[in-house]
Amino acid sequence: MVESTFARILLRLGALVTLAFIYLPLFIIGLYAFNKNVTQAWPIEKYSTKWFSVAYHDEAVREALKNSLFAALGATAISIVLGTLASLAVARYRFFGREVITFAVILPIALPGIVTGLALQATIIDVLGPLGITFGLTTIIVGHATFCIVVIYNNVIARLRRTAGSLDEASADLGADNWQTFRHVMLPQLRTAMLAGGLLAFALSFDEVIVTIFTAGAQQTLPIWIFATLARPDDQPIVNVVALFVLLVSIVPIYLATQLAGSSGITAERPKQSSVIASIDAEP
Amino acid sequence: MTSVPVAEPPPQEGLGRRLSTFFFRHPRARLWTLLALPLTWLVVVYFGSLFVLLLSSLWDTDPFTRQVVHKFTLENFQRIIDTPVYRDVAWRTIKMAAFVTIADAVLAFPIAYYMARVASPRTRNLLVIAVLMPLWAGYLVKAYAWRTILSEGGVINWALDPIGLHFDGLSTVGLWLVFTYLWLPYMILPVYAGLERIPDSLLEASADLGGRSLKTFTRVILPLAFPAIVAGSIFTFSLTLGDYIAPGLITSEQFIGTVIYNIRGEALPTAAAFSLVPIVVVTAYLLVARKLRAFESL
Repeated sequence: MVESTFARILLRLGALVTLAFIYLPLFIIGLYAFNKNVTQAWPIEKYSTKWFSVAYHDEAVREALKNSLFAALGATAISIVLGTLASLAVARYRFFGREVITFAVILPIALPGIVTGLALQATIIDVLGPLGITFGLTTIIVGHATFCIVVIYNNVIARLRRTAGSLDEASADLGADNWQTFRHVMLPQLRTAMLAGGLLAFALSFDEVIVTIFTAGAQQTLPIWIFATLARPDDQPIVNVVALFVLLVSIVPIYLATQLAGSSGITAERPKQSSVIASIDAEP
Repeated sequence: MTSVPVAEPPPQEGLGRRLSTFFFRHPRARLWTLLALPLTWLVVVYFGSLFVLLLSSLWDTDPFTRQVVHKFTLENFQRIIDTPVYRDVAWRTIKMAAFVTIADAVLAFPIAYYMARVASPRTRNLLVIAVLMPLWAGYLVKAYAWRTILSEGGVINWALDPIGLHFDGLSTVGLWLVFTYLWLPYMILPVYAGLERIPDSLLEASADLGGRSLKTFTRVILPLAFPAIVAGSIFTFSLTLGDYIAPGLITSEQFIGTVIYNIRGEALPTAAAFSLVPIVVVTAYLLVARKLRAFESL
């Protein structure tokens, strides 16, 4: 260690302050969910859980929750299939345009969300409209699936790089057909990476709002409901409760994903680094 | 006499086995079978949509009905270049993105350094998870939380009141704070990964050669960590350029995102033309970042 004791204490202090900065606002919005008053003044005078039951019985909130779950599950399912297929091709083959695939998978999340959103909106109006498809849950799912592919892709490809392709060949040598090899050799190695990616995709989709606003029709997802209801001050207490709920439903799967990604696979060591896009199952 | 084992007749070839044989003999076919679905999806849905967006920026608008007319024109681009408001908005947004990036880099460095070089492996793992969780989750909830915190009766002014200060949180400065908060984890993780890759031996060598802490920091650590900071800045920059929710919640000042969002209903072609500004800026940024070898730190 090169750092002096004084420097280390300062760094620890800096890390603590930054961590507090990241989590304090989340904590405060969590407290507001228990605010008895309709006004949003700080400090909170009386605490109560009454808004939880109001939110629970709100028809619009229930409808939005149903839509959100449906959209997130649909987008996750599609992106698990597409992301795994793409990662198998890129990890196990050398071919012309291999880097282009990686680029194409990352682009939907790298370009500003408003560009993706506006592009999808223009397409739904100009191309899908004449075909009889309009804004709705289907278009929401298609949009979400497109930018969710990348998290599955990155998790599975990181796992594939840590596992040996020779196992697949051994399986074929022992007489397994492609499906048997996939089912009994590859899937046991990949499934935790796929699940970790799937949990991330679910979280990503469940609270997405920037692209969703451009692809949604009359149906609201929970984030769109929050966004629309912000204009009605009387409903702020319900918004606080729903906001806390959305936060928990998207943060818990991410925690689970971090716990899953390091374990199992042929090599069992924990990945050392996590980058932003590769997220969790990074290379050792 | 010993009986000679007779080879059994080969089993009836099932469809799965015949397919496997085919794919074994034709690896290219196997590759394209894997790629067919994801590639079709990305090309048709994503690149198709981007193409439609480009096309939309060239459509004309009927001056009376405000309906989009499918006739090619460069008028939308002309309007964006000629109208000072669009230029001001674009410039203001780019400036905001730059200031947010600087603030995030400064804030991210201490915690990233602590994670990479001081913390025990256990603490490091916990911190990575603690930074990762809010990265993907709760974007809208966070922006909304800040609106509550920054407003007149909110936490910030409650804390400043006893010392006789007041902060107009719902302003451009407030938005700068909110953006800095929102994208901070995107900066911490790449910088942490970049710092972790610096071998101890380099720092020891610098100390052996007489470099004091400050000199080691400015001459060894910072140059080596720079590509990682650029990698993180790709996110802080790009995410700020395209955001319309946070600006809409915090201030009435217009930014690229809010302008596109507000005019997309009545003037989709103009909105499409204006959306090329963030596309061009981000692409240029990515090219510079690649020159600086930032992609290796992503």
